[in-house]
Amino acid sequence: MGLDTEDLSKSFALPTRMETFMAWGRKNSLWPMPYGTACCGIELMSVMGPKYDLARFGAEVVRFSPRQADLLLVAGTITEKMAPVIVQIYEQMLEPKYVLSMGACASSGGFYRAYHVLQGVDKILPVDVYVPGCPPTPEAVLDGVMALQKMIEDVRPRPWKERWTRPSFLAGE
Amino acid sequence: MIMSNTTNSEIKTSSLGERSIELNPSELFEFCKNLKESEGYDFLMDICGVDYPDREKRFESVYHFYNSKNKNRLRVKVPVGEGESVPTLIPLWKGANWFEREAFDMFGIHYEGHPYLKRLLTHHEFQGHPLRKDYDADQQQHLSQSLPIHFQDEKPHDPDSNLVPLNLGPSHPATHGTLRVMCELDGEKIARANVEIGYLHRCFEKMAETHPYNQVIPYTDRLNYCSAPLNNVAYCRTVEKLLKVEVPPKAQALRVVLCEFSRVIDHIVCMGAGAVDLGALTGFFHLFTYREMVYGLFEKLCGARLTVALTRVGGMAQDPPEGWYKDALDVCKKIEKGISEFETLLIGSKIFMERTCDVGKITTEEAIQWGYTGPLLRSTGLAQDVRKDEPYYGYDQLDFSIPVGSIGDLYDRYLVRIEEMKQSLKIIRQVLKNIPEGDYTIRDKDIVLPEKKDVYGNIEGLMNHFMLVIHGLRPDPGEVYVPTEGANGELGFYLVSDGSGHPYRLKVRPPCFAIYQSFPSQIQGGLVADVISILGTMNVIAGELDR
Repeated sequence: MGLDTEDLSKSFALPTRMETFMAWGRKNSLWPMPYGTACCGIELMSVMGPKYDLARFGAEVVRFSPRQADLLLVAGTITEKMAPVIVQIYEQMLEPKYVLSMGACASSGGFYRAYHVLQGVDKILPVDVYVPGCPPTPEAVLDGVMALQKMIEDVRPRPWKERWTRPSFLAGE
Repeated sequence: MIMSNTTNSEIKTSSLGERSIELNPSELFEFCKNLKESEGYDFLMDICGVDYPDREKRFESVYHFYNSKNKNRLRVKVPVGEGESVPTLIPLWKGANWFEREAFDMFGIHYEGHPYLKRLLTHHEFQGHPLRKDYDADQQQHLSQSLPIHFQDEKPHDPDSNLVPLNLGPSHPATHGTLRVMCELDGEKIARANVEIGYLHRCFEKMAETHPYNQVIPYTDRLNYCSAPLNNVAYCRTVEKLLKVEVPPKAQALRVVLCEFSRVIDHIVCMGAGAVDLGALTGFFHLFTYREMVYGLFEKLCGARLTVALTRVGGMAQDPPEGWYKDALDVCKKIEKGISEFETLLIGSKIFMERTCDVGKITTEEAIQWGYTGPLLRSTGLAQDVRKDEPYYGYDQLDFSIPVGSIGDLYDRYLVRIEEMKQSLKIIRQVLKNIPEGDYTIRDKDIVLPEKKDVYGNIEGLMNHFMLVIHGLRPDPGEVYVPTEGANGELGFYLVSDGSGHPYRLKVRPPCFAIYQSFPSQIQGGLVADVISILGTMNVIAGELDR
């Protein structure tokens, strides 16, 4: 049995290692798109700001274009009026992409059990990490980002992401 | 006393000292014209609807006027039946536009002669009128598709023309949240512009109607979330006026300190973020250091940083911890230094001056027409401030001045805000130097929850706690409008009570709502780059705008 490189690639566990290597890279270079809509958006400014500084976790390149971002930071209440917009933005992001839901409103509608508030962004998007709080402290958001990094590093399966389809109440593509 | 010409309705003064008059829809326009032209009521502060399902004429369209010369206020109430209409006040005050649209959206009140009576806060596929009493608070309706670019003249964009359509937002870094601006560009000039709001309509007013008085306080935090304590104070003042109670001197002093700190950090967000939009990222990082310090103070007081819910109806939630006053004074000193550094960094910069001087100018008359208040009105040269005009909490005893601008351009707005921050720090120092002794809250068992040690320690405390939680705080039936000087201008709460445990109707007059409706006409004809700089100085906070 000859030991040429092609055979090596089949018999050796190289693909997994490559995956691990890519995961390590991804984990440390998350480019967040801050979707700050409300109070959480202000607290997110603190997360990015001088004291807490998300840059220390490799996520400092804030991108406002979904095409350049791989982490959607949903910070704030998502209303019924906003729902089609945020789905469109999520669809515009390139793979691999992650969603972090910051705060009570984004996670469940919070204390706005109200006629114009979407009861959680997970009704329309596949959320990877929920950060509780109203608004969460910056430490909690950093913890959420670190939890996501761990998830990326371990290449954990994300069935919610795989099963996700565009909400049926939205029109068109 | 002014009399209406056609009926014998006259101005009544309520037991709370508020003047109001009830008119028929047909008399409204003439009466308001007279108010504006002869009686000197130059400001139309607020228009809102109220729903009384049991009355013959189901709705009431309520107007709040303000006379800036003699500081009088007047409330005009117009009962309207379903299917009837009220004449629009846009010919007298341009600022009536959005307020009337909102009342239409929320109640279905029809304003005759309104040029664009469409939904404002709820989405365009929404069925029904949510603030009617028969609409359930939690009855959600999904939206299937956003509106394409549209304009108020209802002419769609013509693809064959030379104009380029441009959509900014609702997710755009420079709109700081959820504002949507739609323009048609002729080269770099704005040919047509329009805005769409309501992307953060969280139904504050419906939530207030379905919650007990004290539970509304956390919701008020989330109106203008850049300066949450100011909203707490404004709301509590309103309820306290209705209850006819006065908070103890210590609570008043603490509230003043919190209000002024909030004003400072609100201006920090406005200027820091506005500077980022113009490319000056350093200003943001620099100023946010000081915002963090104030967060630190709030955290020491109550454990929360941003949404604090610090006040209670009747006073404060608790005493400040030991050493807090000294910490606050230290922070004052640091902020003062930071502001002067920021001034050197930005205000003298040539690039900054070229982007802001002579841009977005507005005259005092026009500003009043739109309903401007606060720093933006003062930047046009009119020294109007609720703290001076209708002083509360001992503001008349304090030594501070009201900075004004001269021509109302963006540069003036920055200068006014910077000076206001300095004045606020001056106020905080004065108050902190002699905080009155005594209790931080009143001890009326029907209004204020007993302290925890009493609840757990004796039967009376437990019973009072139980009664207040179950029965709720119940003011007598009545209505009040209380203005407070918010960071962006006059923050008014109009509260109607029917004697039950939760507000019958609570309307917020958000300062940036009146200001932002002038935005399309402000940017029209200007450069597209100025859209961002003008928006930055308006300090539109979506939570307060859309509620």
